[in-house]
Amino acid sequence: MNTHVRALMGACALGALATASMGETLTIATVNNGDMIRMQGLTDDFSEKTGHEVEWVTLEENVLRQRVTTDISTKGGAFDIMTIGMYETPIWGANGWLVPLDDLSEEYDVGDILPAMAGGLSHDGTLYAAPFYGESSMIMYRTDLMEKAGLEMPDAPTWDFIREAAAAMTDRDADINGICLRGKAGWGEGGAFITAMSNSFGARWFDMDWNAQFDTQPWKDTLEFFVGMMNESGPAGYATNGFNENLSLFQQGKCGMWIDATVAASFVTNPNESEVADSVGFALAPDNGLGKRSNWLWAWALAIPAGTQKEAAAKEFIEWATSKDYIALVAENEGWANVPPGARTSLYENPNYMEVPFAKMTLDSILTADPNNSTVEPSPYVGVQFAAIPEFAGIATEVSQEFSAVYAGQQTVDEALAKAQDITNEAMEAAGYR
Amino acid sequence: MARSVTNQRKTINTIAAWAVGLLIFFPILWTILTSFKTEGQAIADPPVWFFFDWTLENYAVVQERSDYMRYLWNSIIIAGGSTVLGVIIAIPAAWSMAFVPSKRTKDILLWMLSTKMLPAVGVLYPIYLLFIKLGLLDSRFGLVIVLMLINLPIIVWMLYTYFREIPGEILEAARMDGATLKEEILYVLTPMAVPGIASTLLLNVILAWNEAFWTLNLTAANAAPLTAFIASYSSPEGLFYAKLSAASVMAIAPILILGWFSQKQLVRGLTFGAVK
Amino acid sequence: MATQQSRSAARLMMAPAVILLLGWMLVPLTMTLYFSFKTYLPLRGGDLGWAGFENYTRFVSSSSFWPAVQTTLVIVVGVLIITVCLGILLAILLDQPMWGQGIVRILVIAPFFVMPTVSALVWKNMFMDPTNGLLAHLWRFFGAEPVQWLSQASMPSLIMIVSWQWLPFATLILLTAIQSLDSEQLEAAEMDGAPVIKRFWYIILPHLGRAITIVILIQTIFLLAIFAEIFVTTGGAFGTRTLSYLIFQRVLESQNVGLGSAGGVYAIILANIVAAFLMRIVGKNLDA
Repeated sequence: MNTHVRALMGACALGALATASMGETLTIATVNNGDMIRMQGLTDDFSEKTGHEVEWVTLEENVLRQRVTTDISTKGGAFDIMTIGMYETPIWGANGWLVPLDDLSEEYDVGDILPAMAGGLSHDGTLYAAPFYGESSMIMYRTDLMEKAGLEMPDAPTWDFIREAAAAMTDRDADINGICLRGKAGWGEGGAFITAMSNSFGARWFDMDWNAQFDTQPWKDTLEFFVGMMNESGPAGYATNGFNENLSLFQQGKCGMWIDATVAASFVTNPNESEVADSVGFALAPDNGLGKRSNWLWAWALAIPAGTQKEAAAKEFIEWATSKDYIALVAENEGWANVPPGARTSLYENPNYMEVPFAKMTLDSILTADPNNSTVEPSPYVGVQFAAIPEFAGIATEVSQEFSAVYAGQQTVDEALAKAQDITNEAMEAAGYR
Repeated sequence: MARSVTNQRKTINTIAAWAVGLLIFFPILWTILTSFKTEGQAIADPPVWFFFDWTLENYAVVQERSDYMRYLWNSIIIAGGSTVLGVIIAIPAAWSMAFVPSKRTKDILLWMLSTKMLPAVGVLYPIYLLFIKLGLLDSRFGLVIVLMLINLPIIVWMLYTYFREIPGEILEAARMDGATLKEEILYVLTPMAVPGIASTLLLNVILAWNEAFWTLNLTAANAAPLTAFIASYSSPEGLFYAKLSAASVMAIAPILILGWFSQKQLVRGLTFGAVK
Repeated sequence: MATQQSRSAARLMMAPAVILLLGWMLVPLTMTLYFSFKTYLPLRGGDLGWAGFENYTRFVSSSSFWPAVQTTLVIVVGVLIITVCLGILLAILLDQPMWGQGIVRILVIAPFFVMPTVSALVWKNMFMDPTNGLLAHLWRFFGAEPVQWLSQASMPSLIMIVSWQWLPFATLILLTAIQSLDSEQLEAAEMDGAPVIKRFWYIILPHLGRAITIVILIQTIFLLAIFAEIFVTTGGAFGTRTLSYLIFQRVLESQNVGLGSAGGVYAIILANIVAAFLMRIVGKNLDA
């Protein structure tokens, strides 16, 4: 009742409501990342404009995945909008579980979405989820420590340089680790990092016949390089460090370099949260001269499950949350450095935004990642730090658990790779690929 | 001569018990302290103990992000509702097991307990599909039913053991006076079993309050209790110990307070028939 | 003596509870059995036909199966040993005369009220974190290298967290039992000059027999199913993958409901073996 009255009043006051739909209540499942939390705070703007109310279900990433996947595959209908990523979208879109976003309004300007993002969130050329923010990965480093070590970071460094610089910046007595990287088990955590890194070493998950490739030299090289470098210059206990753990280490000034999501740039340069805000530099993720860099591509996007009763209202919300106006709204309230990045071309044409120190490097990183052509040797899958097949999340989580056991010193690289090979082939057989 | 307790011995007991008690309680105490710190103080090395600027900021941030009262209310309804419903169903069953035992009574009791051994995650899909069919998804009623079923075996067992301790002669006397079965249960049995029923209620409210699999997986926005509330704080970005602590304190405080007030009842009542 | 009439009344009164539980057992069980013979992949369109016993053979032949069974048993047995032993000692201690007994009891039982998710989060982040955790601070204070609890000592850490949660429950039940101990018997033994150990071994421990079985029975039921603690702390890495966690990975992470259901059936079988074993002991002890 109450919401109805309020909604109607809002509608009358605005008078601009073209769709005569009554105020609906949308249930939106989302992840507890900073940009989404900020969006929740701004929901009133949406309600005022459209008369719809929003109920948020905010969950931690792993719980969210489990929750929305159960719901969509059973057609549960518990949510009107789901926050999903670049991995889920093409798979779910292919299953016909998502409402195609092919009739968004003129003002929304679909063409403005960065092609890399739109491509990753489409199936057969149809957009199934609108990017709320997009990211790649890049190097964030401490300019002061780099200078102290007598080195200069190139814009596009190699892994050998990174390893050398990490060793030079490490100062165990001062509690400074040359490099912090993800080692935590989970396909979206350490699994994503090592997969993206392996691309630059010439490795791939599967050959063209879907055979696992963990018995090949490039994988061995990747893991040995990673473990060697982390043992020299990484923080203690890196086997359990994920994005959040590394973020707080970096913010506390305990890391010389950190290679991770580009969205982290706004957190490490925010003086309210970061002790090292004024001495952070950025560079492209490293390569090995094989033609592929080790940066990934990801987007958190909003999608509508097929069969929802509130499709029209849900579309209105998506248009609001991923619009240019929303970006302007955040910029007005919180400053340009805090707008959701990586989704729209126009953002990177905005002179205000290009003054933000990490804007250019973020865009360059996004542009160098190509989900359709991510490995040195040909591979049958789409995706940079994942393979967009339904089985991947499960397999990669178990494989990354084996890798984490290496990082913790519980088994050797060879043992882990042998197990990874078995796990992967077993699962691919169960799913009927081989 | 009674066992004389020297003051010295009592002092030693006291010191030992307090030391152990504080050690066990320490993680909770530390969480409470941390929830009043700033994020910087929360990770300070050496740790700051009591002398810092106490702040309520974390609680304000958490409240602003999620409407605590709604989760709390759902938790109360779900935990309370499932327990009360469970006790109502269990009382007659426990009565008949205790006073009209048959050869199969013990088997039935043990079978009931064994239903608790079904691994929840294995049946998530079946139950989820069932909930969709019945329209119970994201409803408090659905959760009340599920948690009632999960705890029913424990409730029946606890009540059974309490009832069994009630001397049968009293019931027979009541029956001789012409009491019907209903009267017997309502006016004779239940009052005598009140302490037992009370501790059964308490234990099962705690168990239901802390159940985190079904309450998380069968809810969305409407019926989500505190277990879902905490799931949105488990790994936010950046420094979060203080905010995590505040959210944790908010999630456990109500049941902690209830538990503390009823501590005596729990200490006396949790026998499961272990005391002859 | 129960009459025929009261017998049928009794049956009637038992009916609601029995029928409900029967339903709660049969419906999911039937569905699990059904799915376990299917190739059921939600992300590939759901039901893809009958699979025979393929899911069953695949689940046991997986390299993760036996380690998972072992992990499950280690956790259950480890936590039981710790909680029962410490629980007995604590119960005896709390039964002694002292100042502030009520408050100490409150302190000791408090962890039981903390939801598993919260306790796992608090332990993982605020205590066991190798950089910012309190234990790391403590280790550094003594000049030692901080332990990486959840990776290098994953099982002991997990067992510790779970034991912390269940110790209060064991203590409560054992304390209740100790309080019912006939103090005259103890005094007589003390007067006879029986040493503390003997008194404990011949009087206290036999008296606690029933309570200990109850603690074991109830905790086993809950421990076989622990999930949140593993999900939050290690996510099944570092050798902490229990059988129920493995099923979770098959059903939700790999989205293979058929395979996971077969795992569920195995878990039920394992639980029933454990249960049958327990019932034997408990059954004897429960008889009045």
